[in-house]
Amino acid sequence: MPADLHVSTETYILVSALLFVIGMAGFCLRRNVLVMLMCVELMFASSGLVFVAAGRDRADANGQVYTLLLIALAAAEVAVGLALVVAVFRNRRSVDVDLLSDLKG
Amino acid sequence: MLAGPALGALINGLWPSRLRGRVLHGVLACAATGLAFLVALLQHIQLGASGQESIRQSYFTWIASGPLRIDFALRLDPLSSVMCLTVSGVAFLIHVYSLGYMARDKAYVRFFCFLNMFTAAMLLLVTAANLPVMFIGWEGVGLCSYLLIGFWHARDSASRAGFKAFVVNRVGDFGFIVAMLWCYKAFGTLDLHEMAARVGHASAADIRWITLLFLLAATGKSAQIPLFVWLPDAMEGPTPVSALIHAATMVTAGVYLVVRLNALYHHPASAAGVVAWIGALTALLAATIAIGQNDMKRVLAYSTVSQLGYMFLAAGVGAYTAAIFHLVTHAFFKACLFLGAGSVMHACHDEQDILRMGALRNKMRVTHWTFLASTMSIAGIVPLAGFFSKDEILAGAFGANKLLWTLGLAGAFLTAFYMLRLLYLTFYGNTRIAPEVYQRAHESPPSMRVPLRVLGTLAIVGGLIGLPGSWHMLRRYLEPVLPVETGGEPPSALLEVGLMALSLAVVLCGIWVASALFLRRVDGQRCLERRLGEVYVALRRKWWVDEFYMAFVVGPLSTLARACSDWFDPKVIDGTVNGLAAAVGGLARGQVRSQTGRIRDYAIVILTGAFILALCLVLGRV
Repeated sequence: MPADLHVSTETYILVSALLFVIGMAGFCLRRNVLVMLMCVELMFASSGLVFVAAGRDRADANGQVYTLLLIALAAAEVAVGLALVVAVFRNRRSVDVDLLSDLKG
Repeated sequence: MLAGPALGALINGLWPSRLRGRVLHGVLACAATGLAFLVALLQHIQLGASGQESIRQSYFTWIASGPLRIDFALRLDPLSSVMCLTVSGVAFLIHVYSLGYMARDKAYVRFFCFLNMFTAAMLLLVTAANLPVMFIGWEGVGLCSYLLIGFWHARDSASRAGFKAFVVNRVGDFGFIVAMLWCYKAFGTLDLHEMAARVGHASAADIRWITLLFLLAATGKSAQIPLFVWLPDAMEGPTPVSALIHAATMVTAGVYLVVRLNALYHHPASAAGVVAWIGALTALLAATIAIGQNDMKRVLAYSTVSQLGYMFLAAGVGAYTAAIFHLVTHAFFKACLFLGAGSVMHACHDEQDILRMGALRNKMRVTHWTFLASTMSIAGIVPLAGFFSKDEILAGAFGANKLLWTLGLAGAFLTAFYMLRLLYLTFYGNTRIAPEVYQRAHESPPSMRVPLRVLGTLAIVGGLIGLPGSWHMLRRYLEPVLPVETGGEPPSALLEVGLMALSLAVVLCGIWVASALFLRRVDGQRCLERRLGEVYVALRRKWWVDEFYMAFVVGPLSTLARACSDWFDPKVIDGTVNGLAAAVGGLARGQVRSQTGRIRDYAIVILTGAFILALCLVLGRV
């Protein structure tokens, strides 16, 4: 709606950036594989938010279209990721990512 | 044409050795050398009949590189013909002698193989038409000398002597190679004939250096100052080796070289003076050392050095014919002396110390008279061969430089003295040999006697080829090859006769002193030692030349070598290479630490990289 915007586009971008950074930090700092996957989801979400905000700013519907694509992508990625986690868990009985260091050296 | 002697001897030399039929090998070797002599004789006749000055035969092109073209060519001219005849003749006699001498030796076949190889190399040397081919022969004789000196290689002293000979020779070879290269630069050719024609092309400095360098090579091969130290040690080899290589043939290669290059040495700027002085000084020095030696072969070895000095003296003053004449007569009497020594050693159970010999005169008639004849010849008693050749040298020296002549004369006195001392202590007087050995001492077998007889006779009559005045056959024969000699004979016949008489008198003095000391008294040796006192010690110790070389040349060099091999090579070179490897390894190990295998770390790296990239993009925009 081309009415006066209470919340400016910059704010959206800022929130999105915040979300992304939190997701990134969580991905790098947490040991639990499932939490890492959730952080990845967070990063996806942040980029989706950017797309929507930019679409609203330019009054272009393509922003939302890209976001839908993004959701589909995220879903696919999670499926694969969770499958990997399950496989690893079956072998190691643990979801600690630090234990997966066979490529060391 | 000339392939005969060289190849004949070569083929036999490479014959595989077999234990059975040993004598056959020896006979084959003798036959090869005899064949060589016959071919040399035929060639000599052929050369004379053809009326040409020289015959050149080229076999194949050896090196063809740009403007440089060297073919394997041999040339026969009067000089090389004389050398061929001498070399092959004496070599043949010594081969025959070796049949008897080496009969009981285990490495009989190997001996004849090497002896033949040597003969081939020497013949190649004297018939070469250009310097590189001569160098092949030069190196070849050096190699065979090493092999034969160290023939009984199980003996430490023998193999060390062979090594010493080869290394000292190498110094001379260095001179040869540099001189050869210089020749090419100065003359544009290495063919001996061509070089002689182009002497004018070279600058005075060129001539001076080339002649000096060739002199260095000659001193190495012919055992003159400063490279004579290998010859006495070379007596470790079997006596026929000493006779052939170190008396009659190989050591004369240096003299041959200088005479062959007479066109160069004739030039006013050449180092001919140096040649003469080195010759004279060596002659005198070696003669003094010979007095103090008690080993039969050592006395003869120093005698050889001394006589070679005379030849160099002659060549240096320009009396080339005299040098070659003395070369030939020396081959006769020196070979005879060495073979005689071998005969004595065989009879006395390999005893070489003359202080332990004596009174062999009646036990070994043939050896005795041939030894006597050769001794008289080397001393220079008329009308033996040595008299004429030595006198001609002295006459030439007199015409050139009175001081040189005096040195030569002094050397003649000493020569007479030490040779007669050798003769008397070995054959005359009372015996100092153990009775059992003396009982069984007998004359040598015919294979050894016949060569002795032949050489002894030649030592007596060999002078006929060089009678003074117009009867000088040798000078007439060699005339086309050797120029008119400067400083040759003194002008007047009266002076000549006077000089001859003077030298004869000097020689007789030497003989008289030796007789007084050694023939008529029993304690001659002790008397000599007492009279000369400290001087005798110096003579006995060869003027400490070997020690000097060890301290100042060999010592520093081997210290340097050891420093290189024990310190520089492991620490510096290996250190650098290993250090580099270690450095790379260290770097790699440092790198490995980044491969933790942990996903989180990789994630951090990726994200950091992406972040930086984004930053660059953003900043770039701005």
